[in-house]
Amino acid sequence: MELDALYQEVILDHYKHPQHKGLLSTYDAQVHHVNPSCGDEITLNLALENNSISSISWDGVGCSISQASVSIMSDLVIGKSVDEARVVLDNFVELMQSKGIKTGDPAILEDAVSLAGVSKFPARIKCALLGWMAYKDAVLSASTK
Amino acid sequence: MSELDITTIRKDFPIFTRTIRDGKKLVYLDSGATSQKPQVVIDAEVNFYSNNNAAAHRGAHQLAEEATEAMESARQIVADFLAADLDEIVFTKSATESLNLLAYSYTSLITKDDSIVVTEMEHHANLIPWQQLAERTGATLKWFEVDSEGRLDLSSIDQVITEDTKIVALTHQSNVLGTINPLEAIVARAHEVGAVVVLDACQSVPHMPINVKELDVDFLTFSGHKAVGPTGVGVLWGRSELLEMLPPFLFGGSMIETVTMTSATWAPAPRKFEAGVPNMAQIVGLGAALNYLSKIGMEKIFHHEVELGAYLIKRLSTIEGLRIIGPQHMQARGGTVSFTFGDIHPHDLGQYLDAQGIAVRTGHHCAWPLTRKLGVPATTRASLYFYNDESDVDALIDGIIGAKKYFGRS
Repeated sequence: MELDALYQEVILDHYKHPQHKGLLSTYDAQVHHVNPSCGDEITLNLALENNSISSISWDGVGCSISQASVSIMSDLVIGKSVDEARVVLDNFVELMQSKGIKTGDPAILEDAVSLAGVSKFPARIKCALLGWMAYKDAVLSASTK
Repeated sequence: MSELDITTIRKDFPIFTRTIRDGKKLVYLDSGATSQKPQVVIDAEVNFYSNNNAAAHRGAHQLAEEATEAMESARQIVADFLAADLDEIVFTKSATESLNLLAYSYTSLITKDDSIVVTEMEHHANLIPWQQLAERTGATLKWFEVDSEGRLDLSSIDQVITEDTKIVALTHQSNVLGTINPLEAIVARAHEVGAVVVLDACQSVPHMPINVKELDVDFLTFSGHKAVGPTGVGVLWGRSELLEMLPPFLFGGSMIETVTMTSATWAPAPRKFEAGVPNMAQIVGLGAALNYLSKIGMEKIFHHEVELGAYLIKRLSTIEGLRIIGPQHMQARGGTVSFTFGDIHPHDLGQYLDAQGIAVRTGHHCAWPLTRKLGVPATTRASLYFYNDESDVDALIDGIIGAKKYFGRS
């Protein structure tokens, strides 16, 4: 069933136990993103150290897909260099735009491959991308500081 | 329970013969967003394009005559439907355009010393045009608040609508809460201070008998597509003396009386507000839609929705953890019910319901200030129409209970 492909256990786990949720007071950039079609919101704090992501913390409201996706993203990119993280981000965006054709490379995307099913539901792709776009914005803002 | 034979009515709507998500029966509970279309409406559009298509009000050939006749017959149908006069009916492309038309046309008539009044439960389409009018003119925007029951708080009506108020714009029935607003007191106070009342009737014209003279408002708008009609056509009704006084909003072909290289004068209303070749097929389709609704009977439609709404609320109330956002009983209320359900986010609930063939709306329903005020970032909304029956409500209830099991599994 396609619904099961969308709501994998990994996603529901991240939704119930979100990682890096709760804003840290030290950061290099803070961004606030909303999904105007549904009202989902996220605030994301990001800190860089030697061109690597030293911390991400966030807070927000939204559906399981948006919340799990930002949780998974945070886990994935913390500790990576900005360049390494860009590869992950590009891979994830490509996966989301694949209309259900791609399954994602687990070596790069790890838990984020569990979001592959989202790409079959056009209305939900924005939910999955909310946190990633916030990250993209934050890293740009922190790098140009 | 109902005077309406829903099984027979559903046969008028071809979409109910298709299935959803691998063979599931379609349970359509999103008529507040847009209604489904009966075959007579689809046929009316096809027939116009197949047989009468030409530019209405232009040209002296037979097709142009027929197109004009088809469009003007539809105008008469709309006028009769609202108990209005023929020249008070302006065709727009949507209710959103109607409200923008008013807000723009009033620009030169509003000053920084005036106030404009709205309510907290407005759809963005009946809020932002007035926000922008206030910004353009320096006028003050004020509003009625919504209480925890989802009703307008009129306790300070004399402080909200004041001597400087020129426009009071509000919805007849909330697209989120289902609340039907008490117009009498608001209209009386508005008229006492010389303000006009603009009624957003998108959620009432399709669902109940409407008589603009009895409502005593000054402008009223609705969209065709929520009233089993086509998309691309809206109606603006206004008192003829007001339409005559208001300057036009869109300029161009067929809205003029005379034109020189440096100036122009306007045709009388409603033509003054209908620049460009109109959406004729959609206007004709709207005529067919309103005739169809009249044949069923607006009184019967309203009663059916109130009865079915009561059944929906009764059944929703039995589900543990489910919270109805808005009035809990059917007094002054229509068949649109918003709710939250435990910690299952509305999008996830909506997605699960969709997998069962059930179409609901989730989110803030284009009324973000309202959902924010009520402390719910998003809700799930089931909106009923006359083609829904108890089996649709039962399917929704089963779906909600199923979602609890599904998302509670890990």
